[in-house]
Amino acid sequence: MKPVNITEVQTVLEQYMNKTVYVHLETTNGAYASHVNQNAYNVGAFIRNAEVKFTNAKIVGSNGTYRVGLKLEMGWIYAEGITDWTITDDDQLLLAGHDREGRLMVALQVSNHPFRY
Amino acid sequence: MILMEKHVVVIYPHPDDESFGAAGSVTQFRNKGIPVTYLCGTLGEMGRNMGNPTIANRETLPKIRKQELLAACNVLDMEVEMLGYHDKTLEFEDRNTVALHIKEYLDKIEPSLVITFYPDYAVHPDHNALGAAAIEAVGMMDIEKRPVLWAQAITHDFHEVLGKPDIINDVSAEMDKKLEAILCHKSQVQGLLSQFMQPGMEQDVLKQEVAKRFSLEQFYIWKFDE
Repeated sequence: MKPVNITEVQTVLEQYMNKTVYVHLETTNGAYASHVNQNAYNVGAFIRNAEVKFTNAKIVGSNGTYRVGLKLEMGWIYAEGITDWTITDDDQLLLAGHDREGRLMVALQVSNHPFRY
Repeated sequence: MILMEKHVVVIYPHPDDESFGAAGSVTQFRNKGIPVTYLCGTLGEMGRNMGNPTIANRETLPKIRKQELLAACNVLDMEVEMLGYHDKTLEFEDRNTVALHIKEYLDKIEPSLVITFYPDYAVHPDHNALGAAAIEAVGMMDIEKRPVLWAQAITHDFHEVLGKPDIINDVSAEMDKKLEAILCHKSQVQGLLSQFMQPGMEQDVLKQEVAKRFSLEQFYIWKFDE
């Protein structure tokens, strides 16, 4: 993946507007958080292949970290802490936020066809 | 410590569990010519370590970890079967279904020893769930065909709660092999060892650090009711 280029990502996001797409959304601090540090909490969530349609899409932010909001007919999809992006050989948009050690903290991915399951 | 076995089956959920957890014991078995088969539950699809600098993303990670798994099993000279579950979801699968799935392999292989995680004392929910399913699978086997089962606990408090492990296997002599297997998991290793692995660290210093933490492979012999 490479550091987010806000203009390029905005353009790609708009290509997915107003049609049925598949979304992977995730945040995690790892299954070992409270094992490594007793005072830490294990938190995480993911949804894979949610079938949605969004009418607006925007990436906002500065200094290398970004927020993405996708407006649905009846709600929102939101991700914060995005630092990197890529488009896979399979033509899927991957956005992710990594910490200093390269560990994934948040991911938001959009595709015209389902992600591998 | 290591007895003469007919065939050993190791059952853990993630590529790299085998290297950190049992690589030394596996090496000892293989040195005696005892066949070892690893039943690996998932491909670690949801791992957050992507290498540092990152070499993987959420979609390429399973393919990369599969290659790393095959490389580690090649180093350890053991067979591997991938069970095809999805990382982080094992505790939500029907346990009996998973147990029957595992039992199919055990019925075919007819091992004399099975190694897995100790349920509720294995930190990661996948560890606990697959350990429980493996124990259920072995428990379903006829007593005369039932292998011995070693359960591995890794919580901070397991010693206090469960007492002294039945098997305390010092694998210092197998540390080169164990480290080689661990390092096959390139996408994971830097994140997992980051607490004590420094950039550009000499291989033998790293080996000492790994040896300090991973040279004892400890197991409880599972007691089945009846």
